[in-house]
Amino acid sequence: MDVIVTGLLLGGTYALIAMGLNLQYGMARIMNLANGEMLVAGAFAAFWLYGAGQVSPFLTVVLVAPLAFALNWAIYMVFLGPLVKRAKSRGQLEVDAILTTFGLSFVAVGIMLAVFGGDYFSYSYLSFPVALLGGTYGANRLAAFVAAVAICGALYLWLNRSRPGMSIRAIAVAPDSARLVGIDVGRLAALAFALGGAVTATGGALISTFLTLDASTGVLFTLKALVIVIMGGVGDVRGTVVAALMLGLLETFVASVIDPGLTLAAAYLLFVTILLFRPQGLFGRKTA
Amino acid sequence: MKRRTFGALAAAALAAGVAVPALAQETLTIGAVAPKTGPLAGGAAVTYWPNVQLWAHDVNARGGLQVGDAQYMVEVIEYDDQTNPGETIKAVQRLVSQDEADIVLPPYSTGLNLAAAPIYNRFGLPMVTATATTDQADQLSQQFPNVFFTLGGAQAIVESTVVAMDALRDEGVIGNKLAMVNVADAFGIELMNQAGPAFEAAGYDIVYETSYPLGTQDLSPVMKGAKAAGPDAFIAWSYPPDTFALTEQAIVEGLEVGAFFTAVGTAFPAYQARFGDDAEGVLGIGGVHADGEAFQEYAARHEEVTGAKPDYWASAMVYSSFQVLEEAIREVGSLDNPAIIEFIKGHAFDTVIGVLDFNENNNNTAFWTVGQWQDGVFKGVASTGREGAVPVLAGPDWN
Amino acid sequence: MRLTAKNWQGLALTAVLLGVAACLPLLTTAYWLTIGVTIALYTVLATSWALFSGPTHYISLATAAFFGVGTYTTGLGIEHLPYWVLPPLAGLIGAALAALVGLATLRLSGVYFVIFTLGLAEFIRQIITWGQTVSGTKGIYVLTSITEAHIYWQLLGLAGLVWLLGWLIGRSRLGFALRIIGDDEEVARHSGIHTARAKVLLFMVPGAFAAITGAVLAPRYVYIEPILAFTPMLSFQVVIMALLGGTGRLWGPVVGVIPFTFLWEGISASVPNQTTLLLGVAFLVIVYVLPRGFVGLIEDARARVNRAEGYA
Repeated sequence: MDVIVTGLLLGGTYALIAMGLNLQYGMARIMNLANGEMLVAGAFAAFWLYGAGQVSPFLTVVLVAPLAFALNWAIYMVFLGPLVKRAKSRGQLEVDAILTTFGLSFVAVGIMLAVFGGDYFSYSYLSFPVALLGGTYGANRLAAFVAAVAICGALYLWLNRSRPGMSIRAIAVAPDSARLVGIDVGRLAALAFALGGAVTATGGALISTFLTLDASTGVLFTLKALVIVIMGGVGDVRGTVVAALMLGLLETFVASVIDPGLTLAAAYLLFVTILLFRPQGLFGRKTA
Repeated sequence: MKRRTFGALAAAALAAGVAVPALAQETLTIGAVAPKTGPLAGGAAVTYWPNVQLWAHDVNARGGLQVGDAQYMVEVIEYDDQTNPGETIKAVQRLVSQDEADIVLPPYSTGLNLAAAPIYNRFGLPMVTATATTDQADQLSQQFPNVFFTLGGAQAIVESTVVAMDALRDEGVIGNKLAMVNVADAFGIELMNQAGPAFEAAGYDIVYETSYPLGTQDLSPVMKGAKAAGPDAFIAWSYPPDTFALTEQAIVEGLEVGAFFTAVGTAFPAYQARFGDDAEGVLGIGGVHADGEAFQEYAARHEEVTGAKPDYWASAMVYSSFQVLEEAIREVGSLDNPAIIEFIKGHAFDTVIGVLDFNENNNNTAFWTVGQWQDGVFKGVASTGREGAVPVLAGPDWN
Repeated sequence: MRLTAKNWQGLALTAVLLGVAACLPLLTTAYWLTIGVTIALYTVLATSWALFSGPTHYISLATAAFFGVGTYTTGLGIEHLPYWVLPPLAGLIGAALAALVGLATLRLSGVYFVIFTLGLAEFIRQIITWGQTVSGTKGIYVLTSITEAHIYWQLLGLAGLVWLLGWLIGRSRLGFALRIIGDDEEVARHSGIHTARAKVLLFMVPGAFAAITGAVLAPRYVYIEPILAFTPMLSFQVVIMALLGGTGRLWGPVVGVIPFTFLWEGISASVPNQTTLLLGVAFLVIVYVLPRGFVGLIEDARARVNRAEGYA
């Protein structure tokens, strides 16, 4: 029981980390290697506001999300839109996006270093124990899990029920046909990308309540997010959630029952195995 | 072709610069290479860079560095090695050949220091490292006679930890049951390998023992496992991010132990800033003579000049290693590196951590090993021959 | 096989250039030698990477995995075996590992392959780290008398070997098959090409070379630990440099490696505090101004010259 709850909580954290990238890569077709930096930026904002005025990270989110949305919208318009127009093929776009966002991640790390310095930043928020189903858990992890559920639920509903949401899914599946039925692909892709950025920054603000970060740690989260998104299947909210939860459960199980030294090895083994049997990810569509 | 000429000129200038201090020069160029980005950037930002800044500030505030009859102001060139040994090597080369640095400070961390050791050796530069820990100083000093170690090795840290635990056991604060975990990375593994046999030899019973990979995001299974084993004391050979995470989990889980020890990072001011009163009584690697005048004065200046507090372990040691270099240059009266190295070998130096000298293996044998948060200050409770240790107290009270 | 005059020309030119490059340690300061090592290192890695990824369009991020395995081969083997055995041994291990990976990833395409290789690198790093903990070894010391110049020459030799191999592959049936696979895998399969075997064979090339490079470089690091030997940045840098140069030609990657090394060096040296920021900016400029890499730039220039000559 303990293992399951702990694993689910960790899975929630992973979902927060990966959901934004899923929107950016799955919907807007931008493999964003600067995703982790956006996460760290969100965490920085929460840390800074908490230090300056004891502002709760859960309130910070209200500020961080729109800011990140605007910033990512601008990034898409300035840097990525032209690439999408220029690209002759999906492969070409992928290469260009990798190069550009890799450059952007350097720029972001550079800016954060200049603004915040290279020090570790961490603070205590909601770090009291909560008794649940016979075990005790950190309140901050529980809160982040609840937020993850809310965010993923809202995204799922929005993508499947609302008109803009369904249009976004349409451009993910078939951009050319979507254009034919009168969908403004460029604008919607920007929307998906910006939304992804906002979700990532929000995730960063939430996980900063229990993780210790510094300006250079973004790449670790990018790697984790990539693994989860690919494992779940690109462009599917359910896939990312399931993959994140599986990963969380597996890591906790291995850490508790087998050997904590093998947790990350097990995580990558799971990833590799899933791709061997389902090359397109758990919920992915077959691509040509 | 232009490049080659330039290179040759640089070589000539270097040869001249090493032999005698350039006369026309008003300032000395000091080179520093350490991570500003990459996995070790966080640690370097606490321990290394502020001390470079502070030392240069102090030297200039005194009117400059005394070399022979002249006094020179110093100017620092800082390079980011991105926590990549290849970049460290390149940057040191660049400092010596292109920037014609008069003095090159040692890099940061065990791995990067050792990667740079052959280059320092080839240029004959003195390298007084304060951030490398090794138990192989004898072998290394044979290969690289220009390298000096000040921070100590895993063995002494483990021995002191045993002594600290013994003190608590004698008082009846803890029993024999230990939970011990480590981060699966070089220093953590080294410490764990020595700690296991050492504690068993001292009559302890290790009831929980495990390792976790670097970068683990959730350490609650580790802490739950430790708690379930019902230990009297908890010891973690950890690195900064997991030091924080383990402490937080221990508080959340309500781990009741008479002694709680986390390794690297416990001595950081950020640790106390984060845990506040909950940090009281936590043991960790490092420590300083916190009540000593030399340290207090240094800490005040550190905060005034750099805007941040020093950590309570390697910070003062880093500064001291710069002081050693400074004093050796002053006493030798030139920038003649072989003479400086000879001088460092044969003398004792008065620094902010006290008197510093080296044994036949270029190894400083007197250093702080274990500290404890007491009244908001991380005080040294055990060392290998440093003055000013305070008695170890019963562990944290989180309930 | 028959060689045309142009082939001979190319071979001779390459040999002469390598010969000139080999004189570097004798002529310049240690600083330029260090730059030389960096260039040679990335030339080997990027060129061998492009041999596979260029024609197939499969972007591999596994360079760090093979490199780290090679580094550890030297690190663990140096006490038991003479040094000269180790790089070839690392090459064999790297090739075997690459074959395994190749077999496992046959069904993956596009970005799935990219992330798979990345995950693989992390997986190997975790296993080695865990192995270290269990066996009780920690960071490994590699204390040898091998100098920077020796490493440089070995890397140059490797570069020559990569080019020769690449050139031979390009002329062989295998190279032809790969180009068809790159254009359209379906077509290739239908025309009777054993696509799987071709891909696996070719993937062994960068695997072996990255492992050898790691083995050669280990003495330079002196102290080896997983975090340094398996740094994921290495994989990314290799991809970036190769793409910057252009993967369509054998000489493409080196055209990317050289300017990139100088750019990196220039930025690191002149603005040490904002290195990361400016590198990022430089990166963006490259992507937008040089979409086809330096090869594209050079070929455009050549075309222009040819056209001008035509009018004259």
